[in-house]
Amino acid sequence: MLLRHTTAKEVDRKALTVNPAKTCQPVGAMYAALGLHGCLPHSHGSQGCCAYHRSALTRHFKEPVVASTSSFSEGSSVFGGSANLLTAIETIFTVYEPDVIAVHTTCLSETIGDDLNQIVSKAKEDGKIPDGKRVIYCNTPSYVGSHITGYSNQVAAFIKFFSTSTPKKRNVINLIAGWMEPSDMRELKRIAKVMETRTILFPDMSGVMDSPLTGKYDIYPKGGTTVDEMIATGDSKFSIGMGTYCTQDACIKLENKCKVKFEVMEIPIGLKATDRFIMSLSRHGNVPVPDSITDERGRLLDLIADNSKYFYDKRVALFGDPDTLIPLVEFLLTLDMKPVYIVTGTPGKHFDEAMTEMLKERVPEAKFRSGEGADMFRLHQWIKQESVDLLIGNSYGKYIARDENIPFVRFGFPVVDRPGSNSFPHVGYVGAINWVTKLLDVILDHQDRTCAEEKVELVM
Amino acid sequence: MSKEIDTTVKVEDLSTFKETVLAKYPKKIAKKREKSILINDFDANPQIQANVRTIPGIITQRGCAYAGCKGVVLGPTRDIVNITHGPIGCGFYSWLTRRNQTKPENPDDPNYMTYCFSTDMQDSNIVFGGEEKLKQAIREAYELFHPKAIAIFSTCPVGLIGDDVHRVARQMVEEIGDGINIFGFSCEGYRGVSQSAGHHIANNGLFKNLIGRDDEVRGSLKYRVNLLGEYNIGGDAFELERIFEACGINLIATFSGNSTIQKFENAHTADLNMVMCHRSINYVAGMMETTFGIPWIKVQPIGAESTAKMLRKIGQYFGEQELIDRIEKVIAEEMVEVKIAQAKALVKTKGKMAMLFVGGSRAHHYQNLFEELGMTTLSAGYEFGHRDDYEGRSVIPTIQIDADSRNIEEITVTKDETRYNPRKTEEELKALAAEGMEFNEYEGLMAQMQKGSLVIDDLSHYEMEKLIEIYHPDVFCAGIKEKYAVQKMGVPLKQLHSYDYGGPYAGFKGAINFYNDIEMIACTGIWKELKAPWERESIVEAEYVY
Repeated sequence: MLLRHTTAKEVDRKALTVNPAKTCQPVGAMYAALGLHGCLPHSHGSQGCCAYHRSALTRHFKEPVVASTSSFSEGSSVFGGSANLLTAIETIFTVYEPDVIAVHTTCLSETIGDDLNQIVSKAKEDGKIPDGKRVIYCNTPSYVGSHITGYSNQVAAFIKFFSTSTPKKRNVINLIAGWMEPSDMRELKRIAKVMETRTILFPDMSGVMDSPLTGKYDIYPKGGTTVDEMIATGDSKFSIGMGTYCTQDACIKLENKCKVKFEVMEIPIGLKATDRFIMSLSRHGNVPVPDSITDERGRLLDLIADNSKYFYDKRVALFGDPDTLIPLVEFLLTLDMKPVYIVTGTPGKHFDEAMTEMLKERVPEAKFRSGEGADMFRLHQWIKQESVDLLIGNSYGKYIARDENIPFVRFGFPVVDRPGSNSFPHVGYVGAINWVTKLLDVILDHQDRTCAEEKVELVM
Repeated sequence: MSKEIDTTVKVEDLSTFKETVLAKYPKKIAKKREKSILINDFDANPQIQANVRTIPGIITQRGCAYAGCKGVVLGPTRDIVNITHGPIGCGFYSWLTRRNQTKPENPDDPNYMTYCFSTDMQDSNIVFGGEEKLKQAIREAYELFHPKAIAIFSTCPVGLIGDDVHRVARQMVEEIGDGINIFGFSCEGYRGVSQSAGHHIANNGLFKNLIGRDDEVRGSLKYRVNLLGEYNIGGDAFELERIFEACGINLIATFSGNSTIQKFENAHTADLNMVMCHRSINYVAGMMETTFGIPWIKVQPIGAESTAKMLRKIGQYFGEQELIDRIEKVIAEEMVEVKIAQAKALVKTKGKMAMLFVGGSRAHHYQNLFEELGMTTLSAGYEFGHRDDYEGRSVIPTIQIDADSRNIEEITVTKDETRYNPRKTEEELKALAAEGMEFNEYEGLMAQMQKGSLVIDDLSHYEMEKLIEIYHPDVFCAGIKEKYAVQKMGVPLKQLHSYDYGGPYAGFKGAINFYNDIEMIACTGIWKELKAPWERESIVEAEYVY
């Protein structure tokens, strides 16, 4: 057994996390910063942070992830990292020539209390920031929140440093993307185009984290929200934030700064979340929903109806990030499945409230937990107590899936052992069709492999 | 001694590279980088700058001391519960990402390798201290898993807020009792200039807390060896274990591929230490010699010839004909398949060009395999090597100890009163030396590289881009962070940390795997399709008009 020491018996744990369902803030800030065109993320801390975050993102996306570090030594840890950051800014603008440096902190620079505002002002005074170039920053202490919090903080920093309102409002909707795949961002832009709405999507990792192979490498690929677009978000007439944890803060900051009204909704995963997204886009963009979108929805319904017998009452365990787990659980309920165990290491009340609301009547036996103590070890213990028919989560789930012989769908961050999350969207009706086929693939494969020989069916 | 660079490889003057990259850097940086980039001429005793701070803002391959200590050296041992004391990230990123395979002998034997343990420090722990949470975490780990040993790894904030992990370890040993061994590592990420600091810290911890705790001599009294600096990436240790067994060599402990606590505790009952990755483990070898009298030799079981050489050295050291004959028999048998695979691969690989920028020993060792494939290493360098890894151990006395190195604990060990036992007399050692056997010696990477090749320490992202742009090697060897940037340029990258999830590459079977994989890279068709037909046509058109 791969996880041979995991037993069904739970003991009360107050201090030990085993097999976490989250990671730390800076990696989220790094990912979000890659969604700004011409931006180099910069990790203000030890080299190891930057190396780990780049490796983690690279393993997931199989794409170059370029970021720099302040390379703290023991001296900088004692006397402060100001000199390191000043040198870094000069080095980066000379050697790597980005338009923007997006600095995020680490537990090290936060613990010693480096003041980024002051350091960046000093860099400006000293003439280390060339004309037309920018250094933005956000605080991402690793001992608060999770990678999701770091993503949110970076997106909020985009608002703080770029969004500007002029007297002229534009008929544009801001689409603020929570943590999703480049393929999802591409799909959202397609939907907006089909709907004939004018939108600015940010951050936008499509074209950055799924760049083509051409023989020519560009450290700053073609994709990403441009600085001009980011500035213009202050003149948009409305913002749709996708994912409470990742985008609510940015939405509020943009309203406070530029009076742009907003609505925070779930990432459009599954039927109902997509319905709400389309309705919102239609209402705020003041456009009718085109027939082609209604047809996409109809094709999804057709697929679900054709296969509902394979979903009904199936018990599902999930782990991952709250902004994606909430709509995903809703979608599983749409499929008449039973999400029975759900954990996310990211702390926050919204997750617990949303789960209670969705599950209290439909799946009263469901167990869910967020924040401290909500780890994959606990999830596995619940599974040991009473098994499930399906497991959904990042690649670390494969160890549980193999030990317990459970069909497993990879989803979330990081997925490091299968390609695909980059290639096919998980959002919108098209994304939901991908979801249904993915779920069916593993459920039916499992049946084909494990049922008695005489029960093997050709037609299913 | 160095060979001239193979003139059949068509390259531009290598010195233009240095000029090109230095011109891009700000003056101060150029001045510093200049000393880390040199054209190899081993006979002229060149001096390379290594193991110095990376300039902030330079995009580096390097990681941190925690990664070197927890990730590299202690990570591969299966029966220690490794608790990361810190915020969640460090534990998360070092969870199963290094491919250290391990194989418990029985289904019930402990194996914690698939688990990640962390105190997941929160802001209140940073403000009020994390020692109580750490103690509680140890209690809970013991209650859940009952391990024989628990190790604590410090992350950056731990040192800053003054948590004393060593004191906590001592207190918890007392509280739990039951013969448990608990020990801490002050491997905060900011220590030193790279992973290398963490290796040193780990070596000290291994010696202080594990080696020498179990004196029982088990198994055969003959040909008892340890293999140091082997981490069982992709099953390398399994292949080497197979070869040793075939030769009748008694492997007591591997540091630390496929290892257990008991093997570490018992390692001092071996009669020879073999050092594979010099950078990460030479300190243990030195301390074991001083304390227990076990001599050490440098080995490179990467490449078939080099593996054979290692085995012959072992035969020579023990000096018994029975062993020497058995080793020769094994080599002869293994070489049959090796030669077939090599001949097959050579057709595709001969004359091609490689570059290697990785680790603290692999950028050297893997040149053996490329030589066997008829390929030239045009440029190489380490991510976290020291001058001795480049220039040989003879330069150690001349290496200046800077502030970053001084901060890393240097433990002084002495002869063990009762257990020091020189395995060979002075005369025997002298006789072996006269036969060409070198003890406590490592010649370094530059001795093996051709004259005129480029040696670069701590390669930056910018320098990497330029290397590819100017020389367009047939294969570039580095790690995951470099892989896709290089491949976007149309050059295949072979990962030498993770082997691109293949391997093993050590030993004889490993050499065969490597030949096959490099042949595969040389023959992969997709690299020839980078231009779309319409893009190709436009080139033809342009030429036609011209």
